[in-house]
Amino acid sequence: MKTPIVAACAVALAALVGAGAAQAKTLVYCSEGSPENFNPMINTTGTTFDANKPVYNQLVQFRLGTTEVEPALAESWDITEDGKVFVFHLRKNVQWHSNKLFKPTRPFNADDVIFSFGRQYDEANPYHKVSGGDYEYWGDMEMPSLIDKIEKLDDYTVKFTLKKPNAPFLADMAMDFAAIQSKEYADALLKAGKPELIDQQPIGTGPFEFVVYQKDTTIRYRRFDGFWGPKAKLDALVFAITKDPAVRLAKLRANECQVMSYPNPADLPSIKADPKLQLLSQPGLNIGYLALNVTKKPFDDVRVRRAMNMAIDKKAIITAVYQGAGQAAKNLIPPTMWGYNDAIEDFPYDPAEAKNLLAAAGYPNGFETDLWAMPVQRPYNPDARRMAELMQADLAKIGVKAKIVSYEWGEYRKRMAAGEDQTGLLGWTGDNGDPDNFFVPLAGCAAARPGGGNEAKWCNKEFDDLINKAATLPSQAERAKLYQQAQVVMHREAPFVLVAHSVVFMPMSKAVVGYKMSPLGDHRFDQVDLQ
Amino acid sequence: MLRFLLRRVTLILPTFVGVTLLSFLLIHLVPGDPIEVRTGERGITPERLAVMRHAMGLDRPLWQQFLGYESQVLHGDLGTSIITQQPVWHEFTALFPATIELSVCAILFAIAVGVPLGVIAAVRRGSAFDYGLMGLSVTGASMPIFWWGLMMILVFSVALGWTPVSGRISDAFYVEPWSGFMLIDAWFSDDRGAVASAASHLILPTIVLGTIPLATIARMTRSSMLEVLGEDYIRTARAKGLGSLRVVVVHALRNALIPVVTVIGLQVGTLLGGAILTETIFSWPGIGHWLVESIQRRDYPVLQGGTLLVASLVMLVNLGVDLAYGVLNPRIRR
Repeated sequence: MKTPIVAACAVALAALVGAGAAQAKTLVYCSEGSPENFNPMINTTGTTFDANKPVYNQLVQFRLGTTEVEPALAESWDITEDGKVFVFHLRKNVQWHSNKLFKPTRPFNADDVIFSFGRQYDEANPYHKVSGGDYEYWGDMEMPSLIDKIEKLDDYTVKFTLKKPNAPFLADMAMDFAAIQSKEYADALLKAGKPELIDQQPIGTGPFEFVVYQKDTTIRYRRFDGFWGPKAKLDALVFAITKDPAVRLAKLRANECQVMSYPNPADLPSIKADPKLQLLSQPGLNIGYLALNVTKKPFDDVRVRRAMNMAIDKKAIITAVYQGAGQAAKNLIPPTMWGYNDAIEDFPYDPAEAKNLLAAAGYPNGFETDLWAMPVQRPYNPDARRMAELMQADLAKIGVKAKIVSYEWGEYRKRMAAGEDQTGLLGWTGDNGDPDNFFVPLAGCAAARPGGGNEAKWCNKEFDDLINKAATLPSQAERAKLYQQAQVVMHREAPFVLVAHSVVFMPMSKAVVGYKMSPLGDHRFDQVDLQ
Repeated sequence: MLRFLLRRVTLILPTFVGVTLLSFLLIHLVPGDPIEVRTGERGITPERLAVMRHAMGLDRPLWQQFLGYESQVLHGDLGTSIITQQPVWHEFTALFPATIELSVCAILFAIAVGVPLGVIAAVRRGSAFDYGLMGLSVTGASMPIFWWGLMMILVFSVALGWTPVSGRISDAFYVEPWSGFMLIDAWFSDDRGAVASAASHLILPTIVLGTIPLATIARMTRSSMLEVLGEDYIRTARAKGLGSLRVVVVHALRNALIPVVTVIGLQVGTLLGGAILTETIFSWPGIGHWLVESIQRRDYPVLQGGTLLVASLVMLVNLGVDLAYGVLNPRIRR
């Protein structure tokens, strides 16, 4: 066994051979990590969702490059006037992929929809416990308290009855966790005694068929010619798993891959200057903020919270922390989202006025506070520690002594959710482009409980009524009005220092055409081509 | 000999328990558990956290968890990854050949370059070559692998374009995994280009991983050679009128290699440790890469099982070296 290794080592060390077999239209994407498996229902990471996107479809989907919902496996849908019943009319003649284990005998139909959702909530479903049986997003999006029943009306019609009207439900159905798997494949695997393979060798209806996953190395897909929508332009798609961003960039420069994810902010200028590369960018659907815990003194006083907002120089932070790739935030939702209230005027950077406000609140000499900084880099905050240091210096100017505190990430989240901090940095990236997906989890009263995601622990009835009512209305225009009012309330009460919406970058070879960046931060190659 | 073997094997048992205990304790001492690490900004309700911790058995006292784990391991079950839901043993066997392939190439490289360099340095003791080599070997042994790897990539892959940046084979090739050793699998595939591609992908990681063992081997060979070259029988050999090459290679080197063999055996631990960093830099899908990931994800079963397997391997190799040494040198059997 050693002989070929020795021989080839010798070849390797002596010859310095470059390999470059040309293949027809294969795009290599340098991705940042390994997928946990091939089932988006049981995972929560963007990396795993990206790896599943070529394979699976949902009933509805986000139009490429936008957060608008468009038909996918459902051709159309009806919503009753009370907003509680959604009837989906399914697309006919949608073909399933095939693999060594499975050749489909029928196209996609309502049984697959019932199976895929049933798997997530029905404990009697034989697949409920397969691959760990933990459907986090299903729970996180509050499906158990929202969905009353899901029924098959006929082979191509499925009815979802909700317990209460919920306008964001349609956008929820476009999210990754709502992927549709093949019931026929599931039955075949069950019969063969290998149910777990459903999440390892996926069968879907998407533009690319899964070929093989070599752990921690590559995921290979090939174009699915039976796809129901516009056919993919690439013959094959390869995800080359490359964890280090410096190495991803090196591979991109050497044309070992043509697209890469998540560049180091410090590398952006040299990428822009490289004549072989293009750098796409898009404002991210995210927010980085400093939460002011209103249940703790002195942040129970709105004057103090406003003073904090006026004391922090956002522009300086955007230059130093985001390398300029960020936009100062004045609302919780980003400006690209519908319902954004552009009439709101941000707090000016005014340390003198901030000092006056503190004096009026009874703190003429300032006070001491903690200032928590996350230990990790996130899309909405590339360097929380640095941000905290800049804020600390700004606050010192108005007499506020801030002590920077940090914990290991899991611990940080837990303690902050429990409300142990006075002020703390965190942020959010949207899931489905609906304002509800920002306001309810980050600032709603339900999330202000200990352990909830409302880190300011701020519960304002006026605000909460507005966002809860907005969730029940069918008209987007009506909803937008309520969200705009809610933003006025939030600005007045200032429970957060809203720092910035970051810009997300995607470096790629100039040979790549047709790539559209998604505001949701996912990576799709449906209509990408190579010149 | 049998007694010696028994004594050495008995010593392995406490080491084995020690390793399981240590790997278990260390990962449990790190704050954050697998569930909390995964929740991110969304958070998790205390009720749901309790349910999930119970389902994973994380709510039991630590000593119970340890005894449960120990008994599971003794029954030959290393558990299932919390993240991928795959048996730890399957993941290990799928990834281990990549690490072996890299380590074998690295050690062969280190021997092939280190031994001749050490010999030349010893023969030309005090020369500029000797000083230069010894200086370089100190640098080599103390080189941070991460920096060294990135430097090699920047120079040879990005600036000069001679070698691929990372991975085991160009993405243009798909080689059906049969042995798990990319070179062998590529060799038996019909595509000749695949072998060249796999070989070219090995160059930089081999050099980076082989640098520290190379420096150690070169120094060891030099000092061992110096000792042997001063022996009476070498003088006798020279006096008999043997050619200087023959004296050095046949008479001196053969004897000087005994301690070098031991050092090479001891390098296995260094190699596996270095492989963790090298694999991370070069996206080399071996166990180093896998273990680092399992720490970040607090994937307890993978981390414990993986550490145990790697430690067992190091123990086995050391045992093998000890036994071989026992055969070569009967004095230490007592």
